[in-house]
Amino acid sequence: MTVRRFVASPYALVVAVAIVVAVLPLVLPSGLYLRVATLVFINALAVLGLNLLMGFAGQVSLGHAAFFALGAYAVAVGPTHLAIPSWAALIGGVALSGLTAFVVGRPILRLKGYYLAVATLGMGLLTALVIGNEVAWTGGPNGMPVPRLVILEWRVSGSQTWYWVAGISLTLGAWVAVNLIDSPTGRAFRAIHDSETAARVLGIDIARYKLIAFVISAMYAALAGAYVALFDGFVTPDTSSFLRSIEFVVMAVLGGLGSILGSVVGAAILVILPQLLTVFHEYEHIVLGLIMIVFMIFLPAGIVPSLAAAARRRAT
Amino acid sequence: MAEFLQFLFSGLTVGAIYALVALGFTLIYNASDVVNFAQGEFVMLGGMVTVFAAAAGVPLPLAAVLAVAVAVVVGLMLHRLAIEPVRGASPVTLIIITIGASIFLRGVAAVVFDKNFHSLPPLAGSDPWIIGGAALLPQSVVVLIGTGAIVAGLWFFLTATLTGKAMLATAANRLAARLVGINTSAVIGLSFAVSAAIGGIGGILIAPITLTNYDVGTVLALKGFAAAMLGGMGHPLGAVAGGLLLGLLEAFGAGYVSSQYKDAVAFLVILVVLFAMPQGLFGRGVVERV
Repeated sequence: MTVRRFVASPYALVVAVAIVVAVLPLVLPSGLYLRVATLVFINALAVLGLNLLMGFAGQVSLGHAAFFALGAYAVAVGPTHLAIPSWAALIGGVALSGLTAFVVGRPILRLKGYYLAVATLGMGLLTALVIGNEVAWTGGPNGMPVPRLVILEWRVSGSQTWYWVAGISLTLGAWVAVNLIDSPTGRAFRAIHDSETAARVLGIDIARYKLIAFVISAMYAALAGAYVALFDGFVTPDTSSFLRSIEFVVMAVLGGLGSILGSVVGAAILVILPQLLTVFHEYEHIVLGLIMIVFMIFLPAGIVPSLAAAARRRAT
Repeated sequence: MAEFLQFLFSGLTVGAIYALVALGFTLIYNASDVVNFAQGEFVMLGGMVTVFAAAAGVPLPLAAVLAVAVAVVVGLMLHRLAIEPVRGASPVTLIIITIGASIFLRGVAAVVFDKNFHSLPPLAGSDPWIIGGAALLPQSVVVLIGTGAIVAGLWFFLTATLTGKAMLATAANRLAARLVGINTSAVIGLSFAVSAAIGGIGGILIAPITLTNYDVGTVLALKGFAAAMLGGMGHPLGAVAGGLLLGLLEAFGAGYVSSQYKDAVAFLVILVVLFAMPQGLFGRGVVERV
């Protein structure tokens, strides 16, 4: 494969992500930055999944924090109340999230556009209510501590370790996503996105492929949620809030719907920005709101696709 | 019976405000296909501006007028600065812009005003009337009458005035409306102004009962959106029915099922309705055009 062909292939993206993950610790000056980078990777993982659903299959979800919270609370509730080891709770949470998406997705995905938006929103709100109210299980509004992840004898703790866990997971997540997009399933997603009627005429089982996208995106979100909970050592109902769902959507759209790299860029902007704005804490919301509006007006396709288009124009 | 009446009264009061927010959603959606998630902020502005203008010594009626005017100006600016530049953008883009506007307005309100809860003196005294053993606040009646007046006024405006008919024409078919000489851009701007005014008035009416602060808009926008969808997006009457129904569901859910899960009861019903009738209670089926 020539260099040119490789750069144009989707796998170049995965390699790019891997290089960023590998090089970043060499340039970051301190542990705090490493922490922020870890959060970027974890969020990017959730956004990647959401992007498969929104950017490729074209289905909106305003309730993805529900799956994120499911993963987060699985690693909190499992070991604390059910004596399940953390690693098993992690896998169980991701599986449970996929199963929930499968059960809920069947009726919900029949809805379209804004009706789908309100249904997913309702799903997110119901999850948040259960987490906030079942105090005996979840600690209610106060949240609950999360025991450390132990795999065999290996205690996964410390920013350094989590940086690599998150970074490698993101690289693998991107690799899976790229493979998926390039498969018949991925092509079916895009066909549904472009025109459901046309896709149906071509013999694509629309309900089935929408459901596949929904389940996969839910599992990405749950994995990210579990990581955040284990990384922080604590989990609060904020993981399930409406604002969290919106943040994921904004990350996906800001970076660029239908762009794998865009998911990482979008997550990076929305995670790093509040860290920079802590100085102007009072104006944080004003700035965040303005950024959402301004970017959508001037780069409606998202940052990465817009830049790529600009670069292509320049090249020709 | 007393219990039932009590839930009925509180459900109708809250439902009336949801109805006003849903009505605002519907007007803007019909004119421009935009679901304006900043709709709740108009309600917040109505209440907060009145409170702070009154505190600064402005007589209450004047403060209320001022608050509605501020909401309208904000609505017009929202349309001019954030919606107009992206005409024809995808729904997701528009959702993010209006949510961004809502976060922005909330941030401004937190800085300009404060983060405390405020109340307004009720318009018609604060001693509740006892009807069948249930307490009915005079302000609740004011809210219901106010909502009724707004709905009636809007109906008159849409069906009996030329501007209102232009609005209906724009909602029915934007291209055709432009062909017969309607300035659709101005009509869309007008829909934002009217929605903002409705939201602002709602915010003033409800402030004496539920209090107001910089953050009330978020929940109201969600509930109003849900109510509009429940009624069937794009139906003004469906929006009002959806709002009242949502308020009643919450009140009876809180009373008879669980007060912690009152929102759950409401949203479960909405989900069930949407599964059974994917176009909402009053919505028509649409034929997808290829």
